[in-house]
Amino acid sequence: MDLIVFYLFATLAVIAALGVVALRNPVHAALCLAVVFISLAALYVLLSAPFVAAAQVMIYAGAILILFVFVIMLLSPGVDQGAGALKWQRPLAAVFGLALAVELILVLASAVLPAARGQYTPERLAQIGDVQAIGALLFTDFLLPFEITSLLLLVAMVGVIVLAKKRVRS
Amino acid sequence: MLDRYGIVALFAVVAALFPAIALAMAWIIRPKKPNQSKLTTYECGLEFEDFPEAAQNVWVQFRVQYYIYALIFVVFDIEVVFLYPWAVAYNALGLFALVEMAIFLAILVVALAYAWRKGLLEWI
Repeated sequence: MDLIVFYLFATLAVIAALGVVALRNPVHAALCLAVVFISLAALYVLLSAPFVAAAQVMIYAGAILILFVFVIMLLSPGVDQGAGALKWQRPLAAVFGLALAVELILVLASAVLPAARGQYTPERLAQIGDVQAIGALLFTDFLLPFEITSLLLLVAMVGVIVLAKKRVRS
Repeated sequence: MLDRYGIVALFAVVAALFPAIALAMAWIIRPKKPNQSKLTTYECGLEFEDFPEAAQNVWVQFRVQYYIYALIFVVFDIEVVFLYPWAVAYNALGLFALVEMAIFLAILVVALAYAWRKGLLEWI
């Protein structure tokens, strides 16, 4: 059963990812990206990580994608403005794409990816609840990174305001 | 693990079928007498008969102000993601975590106050 669901959503994710690259209309590509994000969320559920799945839907499918769509609507009204390809774009893309594929295959062929890390095995997480485990760790071992996150968000927001303010006024 | 998500799958199927059935029902039972006004694009607050170019071309450039709202939304969306595990594990964490979350929220309220002060929450 797990395997069927995995192949269903993995296929969906790959097809939608191809759509992101291949579709000429940037808004349609962004909608394909939403399908990719939601398929990945389903795969996270299969990996016994429901909190990561929920965060994936909320942050990526909800917030990040809205930013993408807004940038598209800000920058390129109209379908495929047809700005010509850069010089050497295709051969360079092929070379770099091939290099990345070889690298990924080498890493995945040799790497060992353990499902359990320290005391947190999937069985123990199912017992105590994965959100409880994240909450407990976040406020004990990872307290400083958590607080620094809020400073990072503050800096990001102030940066946006400073950069965007000039354009709003003018 | 997965059997508990059957209800989520059922919900997704119902959500997909609901608009399809509603539109199909309307298509079956409605009388079909189209005229010029009925066929124009409808959007709340806009009269396209006054702006014919808007009805034809919806690929217009959006105002940058939408983008600021979206960015502020992202910041607070991330804040909610952190609030959620805190709320679930609240009983096990105690007062210390409450203070820590208060500091976290206070720093983000500074960001909101800055945006407010700079007048970015007003629609120009």
